[in-house]
Amino acid sequence: MSEPLLQLHGVSKSFGAVAALVSADLTLEAGTIHALIGENGAGKSTLVKIIGGLYHRDSGDFLLEGESVHFHNTKDAKAAGIAVIYQEPTLFPDLSVAENIFVGRQPYTRVGTLDRAKMRRDTRELTQRLGVPIDPDRQARGLSIADQQVVEIAKSISVGAKVIIMDEPTAALSGVEVDRLMGIARQLRDEGKGIIFISHRFDEVFSLCDTITVMRDGTYIATNKTAATTEDEIIRQMVGRSVGSLFPKVETTVGAAVLEVRALTSVGVFEDVSFTVRAGEIVCFAGLVGAGRSEIARAVFGVDAYDSGSVTVGGARVPRRNPAGSMRLGMGFVPEDRRKQGLAMAASVQTNVTMAIRSSLARFGLITSSLEEPSARTWASRLQVKTHALDTEAQMLSGGNQQKVVLGKWLATQPKLLIVDEPTRGIDVGTKAEVHRLLSELAGTGVAVLMISSELPEVLGMADRVLVVREGRITAEFARDAATPENVMYAATHAVGAAA
Amino acid sequence: MSAATSAGTIAETGGARYLRHGRPLWRRGLLRTEAAIILAVILLLAIGTAVVPFFAQPYTYSTMILNSAPVLLMLLPVTLIVITGDIDLSVGSALGFSSAIFGLGFQAGVPIAVAAVLGVVAGAVVGILNGVLVTIVGLPSLAVTIGTLALFRGIAVGLLGTTAVTDFPQELTRPVSANLPGLPVPVVTLAIVLLAIVFGILLHFTPFGRGVFAIGLSPEAAAFSGVRVNRTRLILFVMSGVVAGATGVYYTLQYSNAIGTNGQGFELQVVTAIVLGGVSIWGGRGTLLGALAGGLLIAALNKTLQLAGIGSDTISIVTGAALIFSVVVASVAGFLSRRRRGKAAATPAVGA
Repeated sequence: MSEPLLQLHGVSKSFGAVAALVSADLTLEAGTIHALIGENGAGKSTLVKIIGGLYHRDSGDFLLEGESVHFHNTKDAKAAGIAVIYQEPTLFPDLSVAENIFVGRQPYTRVGTLDRAKMRRDTRELTQRLGVPIDPDRQARGLSIADQQVVEIAKSISVGAKVIIMDEPTAALSGVEVDRLMGIARQLRDEGKGIIFISHRFDEVFSLCDTITVMRDGTYIATNKTAATTEDEIIRQMVGRSVGSLFPKVETTVGAAVLEVRALTSVGVFEDVSFTVRAGEIVCFAGLVGAGRSEIARAVFGVDAYDSGSVTVGGARVPRRNPAGSMRLGMGFVPEDRRKQGLAMAASVQTNVTMAIRSSLARFGLITSSLEEPSARTWASRLQVKTHALDTEAQMLSGGNQQKVVLGKWLATQPKLLIVDEPTRGIDVGTKAEVHRLLSELAGTGVAVLMISSELPEVLGMADRVLVVREGRITAEFARDAATPENVMYAATHAVGAAA
Repeated sequence: MSAATSAGTIAETGGARYLRHGRPLWRRGLLRTEAAIILAVILLLAIGTAVVPFFAQPYTYSTMILNSAPVLLMLLPVTLIVITGDIDLSVGSALGFSSAIFGLGFQAGVPIAVAAVLGVVAGAVVGILNGVLVTIVGLPSLAVTIGTLALFRGIAVGLLGTTAVTDFPQELTRPVSANLPGLPVPVVTLAIVLLAIVFGILLHFTPFGRGVFAIGLSPEAAAFSGVRVNRTRLILFVMSGVVAGATGVYYTLQYSNAIGTNGQGFELQVVTAIVLGGVSIWGGRGTLLGALAGGLLIAALNKTLQLAGIGSDTISIVTGAALIFSVVVASVAGFLSRRRRGKAAATPAVGA
């Protein structure tokens, strides 16, 4: 075989002090489908963004058909024949399918007007070639996500893309649509294109891809020939590291049930979810992003509605869709997105810390800054928030300190049950350990903790029990001693009943 | 102070010491829009007194208050609405609608007290409609209140046609526009001060008010903190409607004139005053005092220019320029202070 289509050697990328990608290797041959897999945060997206010209690599070699390339922007990458198809396509909703495919390079007739006939003809031909005829005159707005992806793929073929990267294309598709997309991928492979396919679904990866590259913690781990490897081997590569030493887990005596969720269902989001969290216990939701973990937590706390089922805290029924009511029963919620949901970024540390306890601070219905200040001071110092003044705006703090403010805001409510959704996402390692210690101590004082985390080591290090959520259902439960990286990862990526 | 390297536990209060405020008092207190606007009002009145003939008499001040009373009243609840990030442009029409209902009721022989209550209810209806469309239907308040602005103006004008109800009893109209005994201050000032205190406490010294700011800062974070976001917004729209309705009754009696065009254009004066007073049109920032000061500045500006014999078109130009100037100044000041604090934050925090 001649030169590989795409070769990366030792490619690294850091954002400030955070290394997002360390010495990544990837070799893509023409006429093959190459899977890229790894946990969330493993560096797949960073790698894709470097290939697609969105990020610049700090070091390493990037060869396209044997030639070293340096993309300045996505336009350079496109011109070189690289196309990226995202999970959520980025079409212009008000333009037609044909206009979307030819946007920016429309053909003109001899008199200088748009050659709509040619656009239509070419679009019809392209989509037919992909086996999915789509009306060229339809507006992109009304198309299903699957059809929008087909339009994106058609567009990439029409600009002569040689490398097509599909970033979790199947996450939002139904079974039939997935089969159709895999058919298209095979066809493109047979036409000699190189395809990088990112997916969390092992069945797809194993049936579609010729080679599988595994990444973990921003580092390249291994490239396997699909025919010569097993799912177990891949899972081992994805999680292979020592677990448990990092997190100071305090052994606690587990008390009575605090949170009881029974048959909670929100149609199309999650179904028949039942679980219990007891006093002093840390229960973790493990699973892939998009499995429905946050959605369940949001419904339990009452930010979102649900269709049926019940939630009780300390035996009392939690009202639906009423966070204030949940808080009165002793619930606290540290949301996933601290910048939008956890904090008012433009408000002071004090305002944020006291936001959830504003009613209890009031005297005779009135509240003043001097009533709020001691509380803000107490919680800021207990969590060692690094700021010099209480009226500093939250947006001036580092990510880790912002997260401490969110935690302080909820600890101030003295909850019986604290739900924490991705509590350590995007914060530095030191603060991360502090957060873990804090949650552990909190459980030690008898608080029930429900934690959602996409980081397996964190889940295994912190949890008394692990509940695996997959496609909106709790599909597996492991006690602390029984949970291993392999079986949790297996449960998160496989349908029930397919257990090995 | 020892560096906060060792992680604190939740049981102990760690070694961190915090200043209550990052900036000294004079900068927090004086470098504010409210202070600047109040200063501008005082300066304007001083200049007017010194320069404009006939300015320095009690009558000037009492008519200034009387003329601006409707705007000063209505801007109080609307300030809270703007702080949540919404807007209410329908208050002028709510005033007109209330005035029309009040006038018709009185004309039809309903006891005047009952007619007045009907007027207030009319305002409340506008507020409820706004609130329901914004919170339950989920439409943007700008679009909704532009709609109700046109809708209720149309109804008000339609109800009364070209006629006006003017024969209100003098024993009611006279005290409404009278001065407080022995003072050059109209009676309505009492209502403005009282309502300002009520809304000021509500906004700045109650958990409800904290929720109002939280919604303006981040509706999502507010909802996650247990603020009943939609309920709060609905309550504020209804309050705004009720105040506009009551203002409609007052306005009708003050001029002894119920006509469909009463209060036309007041909504713009209300919003202008609020923004001029340093309330962020994006929500989350501002004070009631600032909004009131903004209203007074517009009143003083109008009066001064009017007495100086300058036409209403010029007054309009000056008001508009003042508004743009204040917004530009606020945004430049915000940019500068962010940049300064950005630099300060880049240097290691000082333990005190």
